[in-house]
Amino acid sequence: MENHKRIEIGEGEVEKIIEALNRYHGIDFSGYSRASFTRRIQRIADKDANGTFDTLLHRVSENKDYFYKFLKEITVNVTEMFRDPSFFNSVRKNVLPELSRQQSLQIWHAACSTGEEVYSLAVLLHEASLLERSTIRGTDLNPEVLLTAKQGVYPHRNFQEYGQNYERSGGKVSLSEYYEASYGNSIFKSFLKDKMTFSEHNLVTDGSFNKFNLIMCRNVLIYFQKPLQAHVVHLFKNSLVTGGFLCLGSKESLLFSDDRLAFEVVDAKEKIYRKI
Amino acid sequence: MKLINLKGIEIIAIGGSVGGIKAVSEILKSLPADFPIPVVIVLHRLRNVPSSLQSVLQHSTKLRVKEADEKETIAAPFAYIAPANYHLLIEADRTFALDYSETVKYSRPSIDLTFESIAEIYGKAAIGILLTGANDDGANGLSSLRKTGAMCYVQDPDTAFAKTMPQAAITSNFGCRVMPLAKIGLELKNAVHQIN
Repeated sequence: MENHKRIEIGEGEVEKIIEALNRYHGIDFSGYSRASFTRRIQRIADKDANGTFDTLLHRVSENKDYFYKFLKEITVNVTEMFRDPSFFNSVRKNVLPELSRQQSLQIWHAACSTGEEVYSLAVLLHEASLLERSTIRGTDLNPEVLLTAKQGVYPHRNFQEYGQNYERSGGKVSLSEYYEASYGNSIFKSFLKDKMTFSEHNLVTDGSFNKFNLIMCRNVLIYFQKPLQAHVVHLFKNSLVTGGFLCLGSKESLLFSDDRLAFEVVDAKEKIYRKI
Repeated sequence: MKLINLKGIEIIAIGGSVGGIKAVSEILKSLPADFPIPVVIVLHRLRNVPSSLQSVLQHSTKLRVKEADEKETIAAPFAYIAPANYHLLIEADRTFALDYSETVKYSRPSIDLTFESIAEIYGKAAIGILLTGANDDGANGLSSLRKTGAMCYVQDPDTAFAKTMPQAAITSNFGCRVMPLAKIGLELKNAVHQIN
């Protein structure tokens, strides 16, 4: 039988957490959509169930170690390689040929989490003979996931599915050409990593830091309310060169942003846009 | 036949897994084109492959079948499908939210998560329906719905393509209406004719 009572996370608790994160750590989650965010906090409360909501609130506010753990749990860090193969296929067909006219390519993968999609993109660039002239900047608000992205070491058990996704994306060789297997892990080869840099960046509070030919930000806007979506799309617009591409997740769109008029649609289904 | 009352009902949630497409079609085909309550469907489905689920379901119903978009306002006469590889949640303003977090019971979309979310937002203004399936997803979600007083249907396991899912739901929940698909559809159809 359960001895401790479940800490119920409702609207009031969520607002208190948001305020504490902002006041003590300067991280603003107020523009996040509530359904998913509330669930994340409830998950943490269920795991750390001994105590009351106030002890949870206190720990998040005062304890740095706990805060970093909390931050990692509260943001969704699920990702996979070549997720939505038809999207990567469209990038091969509709984006890379256009980019090949440029002498050098600046690419920003925003909110890249543990980096699986950054490596997916690097593979595509390599196969289009564009990797040599590319610099890929991966960013996330969470420093811990960036360490994983930098290392490029992933559990091998997922690679059967990744290999299938790669083939469906139009891959001509075998994905295993790009990594070494070691003790249950797949380690990406350094010629892919050499073109990547990773750094912290919070889409909510940090500004534009360069001009890019391609920005990828997939399955991030779904966690933001409409005004925050508009804010982030504006940031992307200001961070793209004219003719630069913006790639969103397959269920995301520019619908809630006034800046949508600054883009033309390259592939409506795969949510690929181009700044005009 | 005892007629059920759909007055005050604002959403119907249907979950299923193996054999679920046929089972959902069976229920949808009983509903008239002017069915006044939106339907939300969560079926376990393959990811990273093209899907014909929407067109298959559309063939069986006069309702308009579409995949739920993020921030879309929920309205009749639509039957919304949870997109492949996303969890489907509901916001307080009765719009959809998509979530790409960890699988729950190896599933994304998770029936439990959608049902729990609907229980939280709609309470007893929801009806939950759980169909055939080979794992126990949906049982917890149905519990959340039952706790708020929502009426729940479970497909009679003896008539289901896979029994595990409906059986798990019945075992862990009291007061579900257990019956074959055709009867669930008939109850909803007749109930609607009552309120019109």
